Order: sequence, then C-alpha cells, then structure tokens
Amino acid sequence: MTLEIFRIDDRLVHGQVVVGWGQPCALGFLVLVDDEVARSEWEKELYRMGVPPEMEIVFDSVESAALRLPEYRADARVGMLLTGDIDTMARLVAAAPDIRTVTVGGVHHKAGRVPRSRYVFLTADEEARLLELAARGVTVVAQDVPQAAATPLEVMLRGEGPT
Amino acid sequence: MTSEGRRAIVAGHGTFAAGIVSAVEQIAGRADRFVALSNAGLESGAIESLLREAIATHGATLIFTDLPAGSCTIAARRIQRDQPDLVLVTGAALPTILSYACGGDVIKAAEQGRAALMVIEAKRDA
Repeated sequence: MTLEIFRIDDRLVHGQVVVGWGQPCALGFLVLVDDEVARSEWEKELYRMGVPPEMEIVFDSVESAALRLPEYRADARVGMLLTGDIDTMARLVAAAPDIRTVTVGGVHHKAGRVPRSRYVFLTADEEARLLELAARGVTVVAQDVPQAAATPLEVMLRGEGPT
Repeated sequence: MTSEGRRAIVAGHGTFAAGIVSAVEQIAGRADRFVALSNAGLESGAIESLLREAIATHGATLIFTDLPAGSCTIAARRIQRDQPDLVLVTGAALPTILSYACGGDVIKAAEQGRAALMVIEAKRDA
C-alpha cells in the first residue's frame, strides 16, 4: 500500500473523502496540501476534527509535500493526497513530476465556471491547467466516489461525464 | 428577533435536512422550528455563505449537521469562530432533532439521540 490517490476537491476533508473513500479503501492517512492551511494552526485543527481517530491527517505546503512524497509513498497504509484547487495540484505535479494520475473529485459551481459534470465546473483557465497536466503525461480523471466509474478528462471536457 | 421566532438550522448531504424536517412535521407538527439546507452542488465557501445567510435571516443560534466530517460541519465550525454563541450538534439524526423540536433543550436532545441508537438482532431458534 502507499499514497494512491491524488485528488482535487474544493471541500478538502468532507464526507465523500472520509467515509465514501475512507471506509471502502481503508484509508490510513490523508495529506492535505494547501499553503494557507499549512500556515494556520486553527485551520489544521478544524480539519483534524473531521477525521476519525483511525485516520491520520498531515498538512503540507506544495513545497513540503513535494519533498515528503517519497516518505508518503513508502508508507504501508493507503493514503490520499488532497488539494482544494487545480492550480495547487498543478504546482505539486510541476514539483513532483512522478505523479502519474490525478482525480478531480469536486470542483463546484462558482461565477465564471461552466458545468462539465455534476460535480465538476471549470473556468477556461482551469480547463487549460488540466490539459497541461495531461500533456505532461498525467492521467486526469473525474471521479467523486469509488463506486463511480472514473471519467477520462477528454470525456469530461465534452460534458459527457456523470450528470 | 424573539426566541420564539428563531429557527434552528438542519444542514447536510443530499435531501437529508429536508427529509428530517419533513419527518418532524409528520410526527410532531414542528417543522416551523427548522430551516433545512443542503450542501448539494456547493463548494465550501458557498456552503458557509448559505449557512451565514440562514443564520442572519432566521436568528439561528443552533445548527444540526449530519456528519462530523461533513462540509456543513466544517462550514459551521468556521462560523463559530466569529459567532461564538452558535451551537453545533453534529451526527444528528431524527431522534435528536425531534427531541429538540418538542422540548427545546439541545443537551437533552443529544442524549436522547444517543440513547435511541441501538443494534437489534433477532434471536434465532436453536
């Protein structure tokens, strides 16, 4: 087992992550990558409160996450790495080019975004960042919960993902 | 706003809140004590805004949420940072919310909610 899932989810720690993925995948640890959260003890405590006792949560900036990835990959437990937006994941992949798959788990509606699936709404810039990731050889899929099929990026961008 | 006019917020995934409030109405006729909110389709900032708006509109000082790890719970915790009088009850299900609807005592309601949770297995004949 290892750090297996690299997920973009604007809710970060929430029900889908902790229960929806956490229980069937037996997640042992979460790595929350967010420069702002990593600087704030209050924010860290907020997210710690949402995680069950059997699951560890660690916090990193993009820079520290890239440095610690080998350590996370060597972990015997199953892990998930979370970023709250596409830009943060893109910066992490730039710093750690051996990340091979990125899962878009939830990018919800906001002004300027257009719907690509039930749970993925993207601006033109965000779409371009995902395409850049794919051009680097990263497999980008959309998948909110483990029971759902992973939708390839090109299918999602055609608006043919889950509705 | 008078305490009589205040409503508590029930917030959670999918139609959890609407379902619970509907059940409270059916059992006790007290749906008027609650505002039901869903996080469906919303990012975390929008969930927080939705809760803040409902708190302001209804004078709410109490929020029930479904999951301790849920996005509504995280949003409510953020609001508590600048509204320390706000009380949050998470892991709430019908017995807790119904008890609050009928009695108005949140501590007692939480106790009754805990007491109502049981696993009942039928005895099998040998």
